[in-house]
Amino acid sequence: MTERAEIEAAVIEILARQLLLPETEISPEARVEDLGLDSLGKVEAIFALEERFDISVPFNANEPDQPDFDFSSVPSIVAGVERLIAAT
Amino acid sequence: MRRVVVTGIGTVNALAQDVPGTFAAFRQGRTGIGPLGLRDAERLTIRVGAEVRDWDEGRFTPSELSLYDRVTQYAVVAGGEAVAMAGLSGPLGPRAGVILGTAAGGIRTWEDSYRAVLQEGKNRVPPLVVPRLMHNAAASHLSIRHGAAGPVLSVSSACAGANHALGLAMQQIRAGAADVMLAGGAEAMLCFGGVKAWEGLRVLAPDMCRPFSLGRKGMVIGDGAGVLVLEAEEHARARGARGARVLAELAGFGMCADAGEIVAPDPEGAARAMRAALADAGLRPADVGYVNAHGTGTLLNDRSETLALRAVFGAEAPPVSSTKAMHGHAIGATGALEAIACILALTEGLLPPTLGFLEPDPDCALDVVTGKARPARVEAVLSNAFAFGGLNAVLALRRA
Repeated sequence: MTERAEIEAAVIEILARQLLLPETEISPEARVEDLGLDSLGKVEAIFALEERFDISVPFNANEPDQPDFDFSSVPSIVAGVERLIAAT
Repeated sequence: MRRVVVTGIGTVNALAQDVPGTFAAFRQGRTGIGPLGLRDAERLTIRVGAEVRDWDEGRFTPSELSLYDRVTQYAVVAGGEAVAMAGLSGPLGPRAGVILGTAAGGIRTWEDSYRAVLQEGKNRVPPLVVPRLMHNAAASHLSIRHGAAGPVLSVSSACAGANHALGLAMQQIRAGAADVMLAGGAEAMLCFGGVKAWEGLRVLAPDMCRPFSLGRKGMVIGDGAGVLVLEAEEHARARGARGARVLAELAGFGMCADAGEIVAPDPEGAARAMRAALADAGLRPADVGYVNAHGTGTLLNDRSETLALRAVFGAEAPPVSSTKAMHGHAIGATGALEAIACILALTEGLLPPTLGFLEPDPDCALDVVTGKARPARVEAVLSNAFAFGGLNAVLALRRA
């Protein structure tokens, strides 16, 4: 079982790598929009999460409200990853 | 400056394997999008596409098949139809050439070869893999089959390939480098690796392409080829007695680059390309009666293209449709399929529809032709293509 803290650390690490920021600058409550991640960075981050946790994230860049996976903030991404890990 | 006319068209696509069948589908508003039947489709997340179905490889000899990837097969069949319609025969000679767009070239040959050496553990691949997969194979085989010994090349500009090919071919004729050009595009990317690559970008729709509609979920890939016979007008008129029928004039071409983002479109670049095509054709915006949009059905393209159309045409933008919900997004071939849709509009006064449309999107406030073909006499049309890489290519066609 992957711990929530471990998932959160991985999400922050992956976002930081896409944003070229030190991990310390991304708070556990950060909103993705405020971080300035562009659409390519988003699909690369999702791919990195899939590879890290061996999950498949349902995400279509053409659906603005993202009904299947809430990518709007660090907590929502962590919750989404947790759910996907539990389902595997 | 020499005027350039279209005297023949040919196509293979998900709707039909010839022009009459494709025109019938455009008139009826029938889609070629459906479940993918390709090998290993069960391992794909996206399982719809506009495949060419019931393709008969038996029409080719074994020696042709060892050289013809599916992309070449589609191109030579479409090219043969176009040349026959134009009433041309025999070696076309050094005053004739070929320019075709393709994005993925012989991708199935790459895939089959990697499967052989990596998956099946073989230590050799067939000897003709290189000439089979090279991007210029389709253009070269059209040249060989029809004896076109003038300017021959392939162009690769992603989703704008066929529009660039048609525009460059027109310029060859205008410049006096050729009298006849076979131009268009061919694509056969609907194989496991091709779709897998697209899945990664997260821009494919899981069900249907819905250009300019609220609730659109992205693009649907298509396969196929389209070839147009372009001729110097005086060349076509001089052989008129032998049956050359002028279908339309290819009147203008505008191309430019956004020089900005690699995949996100820029409405300013799209508008510049449309204005350049209009200026090249000597047309005013008000002369244009129909625009065959790039209309991929992605959130970004359709919004950006709407802004560009409003910038060029103002509030009175002409009727617009995207035929990609019928033949799919055939990437490097799509501009040729759409030029053929434009020729239907010019010759029959029928605007092909945008299928899959659910309800208007306030971000795409355009007169979208939806549901079924709309009768309208049009004098001139634009056909848009805006590629990944920020490459914009727009064609202007006029009624003959």
